[in-house]
Amino acid sequence: MVIVDNLVKDYGDLRAVDGVSFEVKKGDILGFLGPNGAGKSTTMKMIAGYLSPTAGTASVAGFDVQKDPMEAKRRIGYLPESSPAYPEMTVVEFLAYVAETRGYRTQDEIRDRLANVIIQCHLQTVQNQAIETLSKGYRQRVGVAQAILHDPPVLILDEPTDGLDPNQKHEVRNLIKAMAEEKAIILSTHILEEVEAICNRIIVIDQGKVRVNETPVEFKTRLPGSSIDEIFREITNSKAYA
Amino acid sequence: MNQIAPIFKKEFFGYFRSPVGYVILAVFHIVLIGLAIFAGYYEGNQASLDTIWTFLPWTFLIFIPATGMRLWSEEKRSGSIELLFTLPIPTVSAVLGKFLAAWAFIGIALALTFSLALTTSYLGNPDWGIIFAGYFGSVLMAAAYLSISSVCSALTKNQVIAFVISVLICVLVTLFGSQILLTIFENIASPGLLDFLGNFSFLNHFQTMTRGLIELSAVSFFVVLTIAFLGINVIVLEN
Repeated sequence: MVIVDNLVKDYGDLRAVDGVSFEVKKGDILGFLGPNGAGKSTTMKMIAGYLSPTAGTASVAGFDVQKDPMEAKRRIGYLPESSPAYPEMTVVEFLAYVAETRGYRTQDEIRDRLANVIIQCHLQTVQNQAIETLSKGYRQRVGVAQAILHDPPVLILDEPTDGLDPNQKHEVRNLIKAMAEEKAIILSTHILEEVEAICNRIIVIDQGKVRVNETPVEFKTRLPGSSIDEIFREITNSKAYA
Repeated sequence: MNQIAPIFKKEFFGYFRSPVGYVILAVFHIVLIGLAIFAGYYEGNQASLDTIWTFLPWTFLIFIPATGMRLWSEEKRSGSIELLFTLPIPTVSAVLGKFLAAWAFIGIALALTFSLALTTSYLGNPDWGIIFAGYFGSVLMAAAYLSISSVCSALTKNQVIAFVISVLICVLVTLFGSQILLTIFENIASPGLLDFLGNFSFLNHFQTMTRGLIELSAVSFFVVLTIAFLGINVIVLEN
């Protein structure tokens, strides 16, 4: 579904992403781990078509993100980091806007799509409130709602559970898990148990390079007996000062 | 191209989601009509909107950058631009959608000044042809100012900077060839150069239309300028 081949992104002299390659198939939930500034978000932005890579390619459902951006973007649901939206719009107005840009044009279609995601993301109680008045947890769920609205085959979620309380985290994880069968999902996170809980593949990225690409079980056996936290620190620290 | 409609809708109604849009409309209306009356709309004893047309470019100088400054800088500051450009919307459609929305908003502001045209027809017997030529010119000139503001807005995530830069550029293009600039530069620059710059003057082109003359050169000047700046806008965003 998603094929990333040797992606490179330079910001001036700084190489933020340095030859990242991986593949995500339908049914996969890929957990993207790495310290802040490792290049996780930059990689995700390149796959989503927001940034153009300095070198390398990314393709989504067979469409090259650079050469065929509209077709690729139609097949992606993307949740940007910290889930930006338009603060003065209400939840319904915002989601209706996204639905229209996603090609749903009749009132019935739009109502239908909205009803779906509003229930899935538990937004019923706030649907007519302006987004600026919502708590961070609700805003995050509005972001998830706009990403899954068109039922895309590929989901790219940048820290989807950031700012949620433990109950909400649990809910969002369940939501992601429930969708996984039909989709290819890439999510980034700082919460390592999250990866253990829902991902079937772990990629650790550090200083722009992929350090680890394996299943959570394999990852755990790297340092038997230690927590996933400790393994993460081991990998990212040793490389940083090597 | 059919992606223009959702952007247009979101932007246009966005002006009315907060009090800002209403405030801008009210201030524009009061300032313009106020200036016209102050400048002798009644005392002049003429059934025309000349007093409005005299001040319109100068009122636009502030009003249009104020309308256009949020178009892109707001999206950049809040990060929603990332959302916008990961939706399947071509940059050209996004630029046009926003431009048309702001242009329609300015259209409302202009339509409100029609009250003075009605007053004029109540008091006297104006030449409607000249009045409509004036409005036609205003709408075209507004498009050109707005495209400049839109580019400035795309260059920065700070609305105030976008506003100041676009006011500066708008002042410059308005003044080209005006009496004020001529007196300042008559000793420095050659008359040929000043004549040449005069060809790019918003004032000169607009004034021909307020006299009821719809010249192809004036129309194409504003249209070409608008298209050129919208093109620059697309390039700025894609880099």
